Amino acid sequence: MAKVPIQFTLNGSEKAEFVEGGTTLLHALRDKTGDTSPKGGCHQGTCGACSVIIDGELRLSCLTLAETCSGTDIQTTSGLAEAGVLHPLQRAFLDAFATQCGFCTPGMIMAAKVLLDHTPNPSREDVVEALSGNICRCTGYEPIIQAVLTAARANSQNAA
Amino acid sequence: MALALQTFATVSDANAALKAAGTRYLGGGTLVVRAANEGDISVTGLVRSTDPTLSGITVSGGKVRIGASVTMAAIARHPELGAIAKAARAVGGPAIRNMATVGGNLFAPAPYGDFAVALLALDASVGTNDGEMPIETFLAGRDGNPAIVTSVSFTLPKADSFRFLKVSRVKPKGVSVLSIAAVPEQAGDGTVSSARIALGCMADRPMRACAAEKALIGQKLDPDGIAAALATAGEGTSPITDPIASAWYRTEVLPVHLGRLLLT
Repeated sequence: MAKVPIQFTLNGSEKAEFVEGGTTLLHALRDKTGDTSPKGGCHQGTCGACSVIIDGELRLSCLTLAETCSGTDIQTTSGLAEAGVLHPLQRAFLDAFATQCGFCTPGMIMAAKVLLDHTPNPSREDVVEALSGNICRCTGYEPIIQAVLTAARANSQNAA
Repeated sequence: MALALQTFATVSDANAALKAAGTRYLGGGTLVVRAANEGDISVTGLVRSTDPTLSGITVSGGKVRIGASVTMAAIARHPELGAIAKAARAVGGPAIRNMATVGGNLFAPAPYGDFAVALLALDASVGTNDGEMPIETFLAGRDGNPAIVTSVSFTLPKADSFRFLKVSRVKPKGVSVLSIAAVPEQAGDGTVSSARIALGCMADRPMRACAAEKALIGQKLDPDGIAAALATAGEGTSPITDPIASAWYRTEVLPVHLGRLLLT
């Protein structure tokens, strides 16, 4: 079968790749562009480890076909740090010990980023709801919730 | 295995392509890409349509038409669909809701398809290019459904007459133990004049609790008034057994949750 050309923006950089028909965005990102920050957990839409932001919306890259993403703007956790300085969410996750094995972390951070992009001062309930599609088997979630709330406070202090 | 995806501008052309063996319709991907990821080799090709009629929501004179490609997130945030938003929010986490479509939800096997439970209680019509049919007719024949669903239509309920409950073990979001949608209409004296009650996970697809609906007529929504409905809630059910709950457990807890929903 002929390969399908796709082009999209990944963390601000133009990408053009050829993929086999039916290739998921998760595989295209990891195997074609080399961005291994989205993780393949369940491949069923249950764990959230593959979460990425497509045109401002949180999506599961394991259930999204790469060829449906042509022309889109895709953000992953690997694009968050600027000039070697971690994004406030990354900093807060480290400081709060919100990452242990780290497998869920890129998905958690993407889910949290979408929340903070739309709701800069979220309540605890907002955070819990925003992370409700992401599973973590290490932390018990509490450090993650605290990290997101801490990052939100840091953002609002910087904006003030 | 490579999967060829064909994209068509019109539903008619997509319907024609869907006739090929092994071809499935691609909506949000949460059912069919999941099936492919799980190794379902019966899926050999995918078809989708970018027809704009699939993606709009219109609310006019109390009637709602939702295009089949509309996502759960779009329903949940629509300013005129507040009365049913909780049923859309019950589906998955935020990422799933940005992908899962109303059309796909009609095909989701138990324990999924919570929004279809709501649509069944709302007495929705399911539209295809061949016209509209009652949702019960659609659900009964969905396995052999040959045509792409284009829309669902229903009369918008009053905010306080639509009741919805999804029971899951994981909070705030998890797979359904069961879900219940109820639309009881009450007369001026508080007695129930009509009621539609739909159940999720109590069969392989959403079903109505017809005996409980009948038992509510003329009764008040108080503990004595709903007792007969709760006693008959399980009539005709054949709940699924899965890692979330056994059929026995679902049968045992159904009256408890229906009671809570009717007394709220």
